Amino acid sequence: MKKYIDTGKKDTRSGFGAGLLEAGKADKRVLALTADLKGSLKMGDFASAFPDRFIQCGIAESNMVGVASGLALAGKVPFIGSFAEFVTGRVYDQIRQEVAYGHTNVKIASSHAGITLGEDGATHQTMEDIALMRALPGMIVINPCDYNQTKNATIAAAKVDGPVYLRFGRPSVPNFTPENEPFEIGKAYVLNEGKDVTIFATGHTVWEALLAAEALEAEGICAEVINVATIKPLDEKTVTASAFKTKAVVVAEEHNSAGGLGELIAGVLAKRRPTPMEFVNGADKFGQSGSPAELMAAYGLDAAHIAEAARKAIARK
Amino acid sequence: MADTEQLKKIASQVRRDIIRMVTAAKSGHPGGSMSSTDIMTALYFSVMKQSPEGWTRSGKGQDMFILSAGHLAPVLYSVLARAGYFPKEELGTLRKFGSRLQGHPSVEHGLPGVFQAAGSLGQGLSVAVGAALAKKMDKEDNFVYVLCGDGETEEGQIWEAAMFAPHHGVDNLIAFTDWNGQQIDGTVDSVAGEGDLGIKWKAFGWRVISADGHDMDAILAAFEEAKAGKGTGKPTMILFKTDMGHGVDFMAGTHKWHGKAPSPEECENALRQLEETLGDY
Repeated sequence: MKKYIDTGKKDTRSGFGAGLLEAGKADKRVLALTADLKGSLKMGDFASAFPDRFIQCGIAESNMVGVASGLALAGKVPFIGSFAEFVTGRVYDQIRQEVAYGHTNVKIASSHAGITLGEDGATHQTMEDIALMRALPGMIVINPCDYNQTKNATIAAAKVDGPVYLRFGRPSVPNFTPENEPFEIGKAYVLNEGKDVTIFATGHTVWEALLAAEALEAEGICAEVINVATIKPLDEKTVTASAFKTKAVVVAEEHNSAGGLGELIAGVLAKRRPTPMEFVNGADKFGQSGSPAELMAAYGLDAAHIAEAARKAIARK
Repeated sequence: MADTEQLKKIASQVRRDIIRMVTAAKSGHPGGSMSSTDIMTALYFSVMKQSPEGWTRSGKGQDMFILSAGHLAPVLYSVLARAGYFPKEELGTLRKFGSRLQGHPSVEHGLPGVFQAAGSLGQGLSVAVGAALAKKMDKEDNFVYVLCGDGETEEGQIWEAAMFAPHHGVDNLIAFTDWNGQQIDGTVDSVAGEGDLGIKWKAFGWRVISADGHDMDAILAAFEEAKAGKGTGKPTMILFKTDMGHGVDFMAGTHKWHGKAPSPEECENALRQLEETLGDY
């Protein structure tokens, strides 16, 4: 299979910080707002470069959403940043009314998403955010897989006109996608072509999917690995074509089963190409404290679980 | 710019519009719309630098008005129509399927004059703060106005915005409260114990002005005083004391008309008390 080189572990949130700085250099309409999490969101470089375009909102996320929508009316391109739970679940109604229904050009920068936030525990580990944001008409939902892709996705988010939910994480993870590849919103990236099973993955599970594909290769199974970096709008064409080719599907995501990528792809395939499917996700459970690696293993989200799901899907052909 | 007598005439017509619109829709919120009618009339026909010509949601080069208490849609729609933002005949479509006049203001349906959706309470103040901040960033000289309900002020987000605005020196923001003392379930004090709003806003660092929201001269004077806040670094809150359902005897001063449509007979009775000054739609 195609080899991917980890050029050195980095956190995806730093990719966001770097992308935000680039977007800010390219377009003076770009603003950054945070609710007392400038450091965690890696907004420091942007704030130093453009102090007049950085707005500290304090621990008041609801107001931050409204302020951002007001700024967007005037043509600004505000990025609002906080932990995933506090910039989705806590402010769902504000995002719904002021950003989605209000059609304002606000970018939601959502860090520390999923269970890999780790030690802080379940109050901070949202596994429901994709479901919430997906449910909003018109919301673009992006979940890049590594530092480079998060940086490039941030630059792309600044350029597209309309609400974007950009999801990334806390831990350092392998960095393996091309450094300056322009991010295409709405494209599912085929990382490895295969014929026996397709593994659709998003975010931190993409690297795990590649590791799983390597393990499967040793067993003579040729897995197609697709990075679904944009969850909405879904690249239905690529999804359907791959499922038709391999006739067995696994969907891996660091998210609850309800409302996640798995249900989304199942819905598309049920309509277009019913296919045996297995799901790798956080089931319907809350997280707990622990290291990211411990939690990924305990909640069944790592490469070993993805490989096992692939074997099951193939057996159901 | 209309003088005081003209403003009173417009306000009478706006109240007629509200009664007729809500009666025809068989639902809606006449009480708060009528308590804020005099203020909204003064705002659109005297106070604000606004024009329907070439209106866009950006609000560039104009004063902006954000309705935070979205259920007051009837009064907003009437003043917008009467100010020329869309044909007044369209007022008869309020809450009807396919109408641009949604039950609560929407931007999806393209109604000119509406800057932002509203309905879920407590959010419009934050939007107005953002819009005002953008004008400061762009060195624009205009003001942003925002109307909050006194019941709405129970929402926590109002106080997040209250803390944010003076901290960021948003002194081109003029907020005003329709302090009618009523909300759906009863008086504001019985429901929520809101107490003295003036003390609260002052404590958050705002300039606070109080005025009679049914005295046109007092309303105009309050807005003039509010405009003088520019350069102080502080936003201004005008607390307008009002009566819910003002202008119609059987609707005045009670929460019962917060969100209820008049019957056809009640509508006739109400219209007999309100002079038709500009021609009904």
